[in-house]
Amino acid sequence: MMTQPMSNEFVDPTLVVQSKDVWKSFGELDVLKGISLNVPEHTVVCLVGPSGSGKSTFLRCINKLESIDAGGLWVHGERVGYIERNNRLYEMNEQQIARQRREVGMVFQRFNLFPHMTALQNVMAAPVTVKGVPKAEARQQTIALLERVGLADKMDSYPAQLSGGQQQRVAIARALAMQPRLMLFDEPTSALDPELVGEVLDVMRQLAHDGMTMIVVTHEMGFAREVGDSLVFMDAGVVVESGDPREVLANPQHERTQAFLSKVL
Amino acid sequence: MRHPGRWVTAAIVCYLAIFGVYVVSTNPRFEWAAQWHYAFSSSILDGVRSTLIMTFAAMAIGIIGGVILAIMRLSPNPILSRGAWFFIWVFRATPVLVQLLVWSYLGSLFPSLGVGIPFGPSFHRWETNQLISALMAALLGLGLNEAAYMAEIVRAGIVSVDAGQVEASSALGFSRLRTMRMIVLPQAMRVIIPPTGNETISMLKTTSLISVVPYYELLYATRAIYANTYQVIPMLIMASLWYAAMSSVLMVGQFYIERHYSRGFAHAGGNAVRRRWRSR
Ligand SMILES: Nc1ncnc2c1ncn2[C@@H]1O[C@H](COP(=O)(O)OP(=O)(O)O)[C@@H](O)[C@H]1O
Ligand SMILES: [Mg+2]
Repeated sequence: MMTQPMSNEFVDPTLVVQSKDVWKSFGELDVLKGISLNVPEHTVVCLVGPSGSGKSTFLRCINKLESIDAGGLWVHGERVGYIERNNRLYEMNEQQIARQRREVGMVFQRFNLFPHMTALQNVMAAPVTVKGVPKAEARQQTIALLERVGLADKMDSYPAQLSGGQQQRVAIARALAMQPRLMLFDEPTSALDPELVGEVLDVMRQLAHDGMTMIVVTHEMGFAREVGDSLVFMDAGVVVESGDPREVLANPQHERTQAFLSKVL
Repeated sequence: MRHPGRWVTAAIVCYLAIFGVYVVSTNPRFEWAAQWHYAFSSSILDGVRSTLIMTFAAMAIGIIGGVILAIMRLSPNPILSRGAWFFIWVFRATPVLVQLLVWSYLGSLFPSLGVGIPFGPSFHRWETNQLISALMAALLGLGLNEAAYMAEIVRAGIVSVDAGQVEASSALGFSRLRTMRMIVLPQAMRVIIPPTGNETISMLKTTSLISVVPYYELLYATRAIYANTYQVIPMLIMASLWYAAMSSVLMVGQFYIERHYSRGFAHAGGNAVRRRWRSR
């Protein structure tokens, strides 16, 4: 088992995500170069930045789809992917990682619905197989969730029979079915036709209103301004600036932020 | 006339077909009556049944073995992936007829086989010739060879699935094995089924090799008849008609299975390509 020594760090258990100087590289390429970020409960953090700046990689680290090379990352005060024992870190096994991931829902740019399952089956699959929720009960919950995203009438449709916006709403319902305490959105509207963006943002807005803690990678500055509690601008693997979305968008301090915003606004 | 070329070819083909039927039906050496008589004799029907059972048994071993080997090949554990690679290499690099013979003569190499600790005591030993009957040799020969080919087919199917699918199911907390069984394999089926149907249809005829083991099947039964009656070609035609009939049934089954596994991929089938190709 791989272990690594532990540094004594203060971990605030009230924070949903706490990231301290996270580094990540793919071979020679340093993708994350010391990301530090706190996400308090019931807040929406919008992560923006140019393509290739490491936004997706950072999201993927939060639910251990990638592992970090240095620094520390905690979700609900629990270190992501490692168990702390006798002042040492032990890599989690597959079950422990899976248990940790259940607390975190993820929504992808290209939806990644399971094409061989209906909308209902997509949403039900994880609660039934991973959590062992009885089928009848899971079905009730699924129908309620599909109603919440406005798609109860589409529950027997396959993804190929749904529009992009509908698919993404099913994908959100699927992530919510595991009753996560944190939702990660990786450019959820970037693959959509412009007229379908609104319906997905509406669902996300409602979710934020209901108190879900969210990290949203997005280029929708209107959404960030309206729903975001904070905006984090990333470029080339570092956080360039962050703050209240309305302030950062109206009055970006850093040159790179200004250059980026002038292109997307 | 819109397609004069088609009408001319059709006329020529019709003429040749009529000539062919005339030749075959008026030549008494085809012995159609004897063919009809033996086609439903009990020895041939036993052979047909054995051929079908061996086809499905060998394919079952092949498919299960192939899935296991394919998952091993993709495993992060180098012992598993290299071991599977080596197995696949051995069985694809040698003729299946030789493999069948080796299984049936294994007793001459290892007169007895046992379970125990290598270089240490053994708990129980069996006579190889009793342990590996003709049936076992036939099943091992056909099944393990098929597993090697199926492994490549299954692997091609698995890698055809979008990586985002694995990502999504991992993010939902599915284990690696559940992801494979519930998400990846069902989608890989679309790629796996057509060549597997092909393999099954091919296996139906490959079973004729197990007469060397020797194990009873359709060709074995057919040869037993013409060894007595000397109606070699007529009996071989009769056996071929049986093989053709069984293959055709399998092809129909393949059609329905393919349709089942293309659920949710309504627009992704080959038909769209065919339509565009023809109407270029
Ligand atoms: N699995 C990987 N292997 C190698 N390089 C990767 C991998 N994933 C991402 N990268 C690289 O990391 C950089 C950041 O990627 P990403 O996090 O997707 O950026 P963003 O989401 O901000 O566009 C890019 O240069 C990308 O090519
Ligand atoms: Mg990205």
